Amino acid sequence: MVKTQQAIAKVGKSRAPVTGTALSVRKKQSYIADIYSTAVGKKYAMAISGIALMGFVLFHMIGNLKMYLGAAEINSYAEFLKKLLYPLAPKGAVLWMLRGGLLAMLVLHLHAAWSLTVLNHQARPVKYQSPRDYEVANFASRTMRYSGMIVASFLTWHLLDLTFGVVNTVGAEGTFVRAEVYANIVRSLGRWPVAAFYILANLLLGIHLRHGAWSIFQSLGWNNPRFNAWRWTFATAFAAVVVVGNVSFPIAVLAGIVKV
Amino acid sequence: MRLINDLKLKVWRQDGPDAAGHFESHTVEKVSDEASFLEMLDQLNERLILENKEAIVFDHDCREGICGTCSLMINGQAHGPQRGSTTCQLHMRTFKSGDEIVIEPWRAKAFPIIKDLMVDRSSFDRIVEAGGFITAPTGGAPDANLILVPKPVADAAMDSAACIGCGACVAACPNGAASLFTGAKISHLNVLPQGQAERYKRVEAMVHAMDDQFGSCTNHGECSSACPKEISLDVIALMNSDFRKSKSKNRKALSRS
Repeated sequence: MVKTQQAIAKVGKSRAPVTGTALSVRKKQSYIADIYSTAVGKKYAMAISGIALMGFVLFHMIGNLKMYLGAAEINSYAEFLKKLLYPLAPKGAVLWMLRGGLLAMLVLHLHAAWSLTVLNHQARPVKYQSPRDYEVANFASRTMRYSGMIVASFLTWHLLDLTFGVVNTVGAEGTFVRAEVYANIVRSLGRWPVAAFYILANLLLGIHLRHGAWSIFQSLGWNNPRFNAWRWTFATAFAAVVVVGNVSFPIAVLAGIVKV
Repeated sequence: MRLINDLKLKVWRQDGPDAAGHFESHTVEKVSDEASFLEMLDQLNERLILENKEAIVFDHDCREGICGTCSLMINGQAHGPQRGSTTCQLHMRTFKSGDEIVIEPWRAKAFPIIKDLMVDRSSFDRIVEAGGFITAPTGGAPDANLILVPKPVADAAMDSAACIGCGACVAACPNGAASLFTGAKISHLNVLPQGQAERYKRVEAMVHAMDDQFGSCTNHGECSSACPKEISLDVIALMNSDFRKSKSKNRKALSRS
């Protein structure tokens, strides 16, 4: 008993006593920096950048469906992207603005994820010494950072492959011509290891999207009994649409449906 | 009454906040299936005391599931395998003879271990104290129903007010976040007419106090599942939206002065 009281006294000494009228004084910061400095604010950043990136993956998938209409269709679609708002804006200007915005959103998403992960690890420096028995946390929610990192590494490869063409022609015939979108896709996805990586990354993207798309509502506080039941439906449907569309491309190439 | 025998307990023992802890094995015999989990530990402690050994320290008070004092991570689940109940309301009929039961304290930086299975949860008090007060007329007791509250609002506030501050949400959260606790304390007052005057000041102060000590929410839902009062994740969403509003509303209010 004495030992316990000593132990309580020791813990008590390490911090100020509970006062009843505590008011913490916060550092003066700009509006955005003040919000972003909190964990809740970083979750807003995760959600907003997540929405932007979700918009990108959806329209990227829809645009790529054009490959089923033939080479001329998808190549002209690529040309259209360059000519967005042309002649009002110079060729490629709007596309580069969109790319810049997406890159900024990706960096924000990664930074917020990184700092929240650090915060979470600090919140429990001594882990549970016995195995945890999770009740509702699922594979998707517990692997967000890993599925995210694998998708990010796939993104790097994907850009090197089909945007810069650096790894597009390795071990395959033909040369990479940027405007020849259709031929580039067929040449790249015709290699089965590339197709397998593509499918794996998209399945992980789907898992990431399902938890992420639902989390957006929670993080931004969009909660209303009228639509709460639809949040999981939306997340599942969104993830399914993106994954089914994306995974169909390598399968179509390998099956010879999409060919030069 | 049925007797449960040969319960193999692995209990976390730790002499003090800075001491290194370890698991200690005990076998408990002849436990009534009507005994609560804490009574089973009492039985073990009585034996330890008779054997002139030190009793296992654990938190408990009302033993009727409403004070929020008992804790314990039982077989990797906060408050044990039974949903919607505290450890004191977990009965030994949940277990059978020969079961191995692993008991650990809550683990979080904000909940330092005092001894064995007892942790210091005053971090929660710091969040509550940051919330401050509500302005209320003093003097004689007001008439009942002087302030009208719609039934669904009263129900929502009551659901949040059910939080007993046991800390299971933090213990169960893979990130050690206190979002469910803070969300419950915030929405308890923020949905009621009596709480409107300090609504945005309250959410801001409490979220900052929470941020200083706990992890962040990644929407696993473990907290709500472990919560003995089954508080919904909706309170976290309300906290998130009120915090967002507080940041802009306070600015507007300040710019007018």
